[in-house]
Amino acid sequence: MADIVLKVEKLRKSFGGVLATDDLSLSVETGKIHAVIGPNGAGKTTMIAQLAGALNSDSGRVLFDGEDISGMAPPARSRRGIARTFQITSIFHEFTALENVALAVQAHDGHSFRFWRAAREEARLYEPALAALETVGLADRANITARNLSHGEHRQLEIAMALATKPKLLLLDEPMAGMGAEESQKMVSILNRLKGDHTILLIEHDMDAVFALADQITVLVYGNSIASGMPDEIRANEEVRTAYLGDEGTAN
Amino acid sequence: MVDPHLLFEQLFNGVQYGILLFLLAAGLTLVFGIMDMMNLAHGSLYMLGAYIAATVALATDSFLLGIAVALPATLIVGIFLEVVILRKLYDRGHLDQVLATFGMILFFNELVRLIWGPAGIEVPLPSILNQSVTLFSIPLPLYRILVIGVGLAVAGFLYILVVKTKIGMLIRAGASNREMVGALGIDIKKIFTLVFGLGAALAALAGAMAGPIFAATIGMGENILIQVLVVIVIGGIGSIRGAFVGALLIGVIEIMGRSFLDDLFKLFLPVNAAETAAPAAASMLIYILMALVLFFRPQGLFPARSG
Amino acid sequence: MLRRRETLVLIVTFALLAIVPYIASITEVPFYLDLGRRMMILAIGALSLNLIMGYGGMISFGHAVFVGIGAYVIGICAEHELVTGFIQWPLALLACAVFAFIFGAISLRTRGVYFIMITLALAQMMYFLGVSLDRYGGDDGLPLAEPSDFSGLIDLGDKNSLYYLIFVLLLLCLWICKRLVNSRFGMVIQGARSNETRMQAIGFPVFRYQLTAFVIAGVMAGLAGILLANHTDFVNPDMMHWTRSGDLIIMVLLGGMGSLAGPIVGALVFILLEEALSGVTEYWQLIFGPFLILVVLFARGGLLGFLEKRGSSEEDDG
Repeated sequence: MADIVLKVEKLRKSFGGVLATDDLSLSVETGKIHAVIGPNGAGKTTMIAQLAGALNSDSGRVLFDGEDISGMAPPARSRRGIARTFQITSIFHEFTALENVALAVQAHDGHSFRFWRAAREEARLYEPALAALETVGLADRANITARNLSHGEHRQLEIAMALATKPKLLLLDEPMAGMGAEESQKMVSILNRLKGDHTILLIEHDMDAVFALADQITVLVYGNSIASGMPDEIRANEEVRTAYLGDEGTAN
Repeated sequence: MVDPHLLFEQLFNGVQYGILLFLLAAGLTLVFGIMDMMNLAHGSLYMLGAYIAATVALATDSFLLGIAVALPATLIVGIFLEVVILRKLYDRGHLDQVLATFGMILFFNELVRLIWGPAGIEVPLPSILNQSVTLFSIPLPLYRILVIGVGLAVAGFLYILVVKTKIGMLIRAGASNREMVGALGIDIKKIFTLVFGLGAALAALAGAMAGPIFAATIGMGENILIQVLVVIVIGGIGSIRGAFVGALLIGVIEIMGRSFLDDLFKLFLPVNAAETAAPAAASMLIYILMALVLFFRPQGLFPARSG
Repeated sequence: MLRRRETLVLIVTFALLAIVPYIASITEVPFYLDLGRRMMILAIGALSLNLIMGYGGMISFGHAVFVGIGAYVIGICAEHELVTGFIQWPLALLACAVFAFIFGAISLRTRGVYFIMITLALAQMMYFLGVSLDRYGGDDGLPLAEPSDFSGLIDLGDKNSLYYLIFVLLLLCLWICKRLVNSRFGMVIQGARSNETRMQAIGFPVFRYQLTAFVIAGVMAGLAGILLANHTDFVNPDMMHWTRSGDLIIMVLLGGMGSLAGPIVGALVFILLEEALSGVTEYWQLIFGPFLILVVLFARGGLLGFLEKRGSSEEDDG
């Protein structure tokens, strides 16, 4: 039995009677990339928000490292090692790329009731931050104000910020959304490099990317998992093909 | 022991004051809710309404004519402000809105001082209205009863407008989800102007009716505006129902607190201490209520925004 | 980090302020001294507001309440013949900290328009409290029998001494602000202004940092209140009136929000404008009101923003 870092049990969330997640259960193994796919409106982003603590669940449990974190707020979950990226880029636009990441490092380096010393001169914030930027290939763009980075670079920056919190689990919400083919390819290779060292729960629409990266795939339809297994099993699953994959997944 | 007659009379006065607050809060809460707009100049429209009504009433000897002129005049001023200035601020931050509408307050206060002078205007009531009606063997001023009647009629009108009509449907949709209304291809700008104009007219109505009770004075708008803000916060931004409940609550508490708090304090405090503490406590009462409401329901009693 | 132009503006401003007493004495217009003191006191108030509003994104419309509380503590102490500044001042600052903590804890539960309205309402509550305090002058205010007594150290009754004390304290506040906004704490505050959801997601419990900033700003505004009481020898509820809070906001925006020099320049320009316009006409707000609207519509970024834009070629990061 492999190490389970995240266990989701019968998670449920409804918005005014519409179920966004419906008794969803899944487990993520340590060191694996677990992809969650499904059509638009399947409740994928809602699930991420519930796992990160941004949305309160109506019922169900989230176990992280064996601990029940269901009632915890986002900062507490982050502190325990859950990092997320956002489907719509969420960064600090006024800060440089490096400052963005340094702030993420700072969040996990004790409290921030430090009023006097200039944060920008602290090597213990900026060295790990630069390392995280290097991992995602943004080191040469470190001192550029985030607002002026390209869309693809924003997505990379999001990943660097998540990595900087030294997470045990990365929740990536469509890291390739809105990317061109070339940028997507770059992101796939970044995620491939993270594979093994990091545990990732990946939501993605780009099926080529998903099948290239994932160790495990869960298919979500109407907030419920209709199938879960190895990529080959999912590819072969009749129910999945009719419900969602259609020709797209089997084209190659 | 508190005289039950006095108690009833002050309760009545509280309701009447609450109605005035409602007339102001109803328009403003929609502006806040639908346009996510911080408008401080609402009180200036109230003041303008009061001054125009008073001037016309004094000149023509007709109180009704005063109101009849004040309403459209203020409506025009309101729409002018919306089209020329405020419209450019909807997409800006709240800070810009605060600053610009603060500038409007300074302007209007000074303008009124320039035109009407620093002293306020006392508005005499026509003799028909200046009498009492006896209710439960308590004499109540007819005019205040009329004010309550008008306020209730407006509340009913707004209720029908917002709940039963297509425009109201759009207004409500706008309060809970602005993008959606825009996406429906409806000219949201027209709705904004309409709502703002409606708010201006209601503010003028409140000002005109307040004239005979409080007199028209410079700064009358700001004093009441703060209480209107408390009403809106308590009721929930964008909610007419919240504004109505909040306004009556604040009106009654404000008036009753000023009248009876020292009697209440004297029950368990020495007379001296009670007489010092009561006015201070009375002036803080509604704000304490607001803090309490916020503590338990940060979105107010009847939140209009969902999600 | 101070940008070069900003540093230059600050040096010129403080050099000018430093020679005001000298100018006042050679021109024999003591009013300049009075004007300079008022400018610097309000600059401290504006600096403190800028800390939460400019850097923290918390639009408080009740900031003058802390100026008032600071002033009232001095006035009330003096009324009870407690005149030593060594007790008065810490007491006043402590009172501001306590009130800022309570008001901050209530208002920071909300965001946006709610936050503005609640800070406004809480401040107005204190204004009405001041009005109803008959024991301490009520509406009319409370004359200060004598200034804070720092015997052996400095005589605040001497107008030049008071001037330079305020001068030094303004510099001190500026220095504190500079350290604060560049510290780890300052980064958290600015991050929360920029993107609060993100801050939560990377692990910051934002509320406690915002509340701390609110308290620091309240205490600094309290210092301005202490100085204001000693400057005018008088305390009244009007110091807490919401239009005073509006004035502080105007100063910050006029100078340029989120810069260190902005609020100081803004306070100076505000007072100068007020003096100049009221010299032209009794109805000066008839001009000032529309001026504000024009500033909002066309001059975003304030004076400092204007200066930066003109010199923007020197630090382009695109």
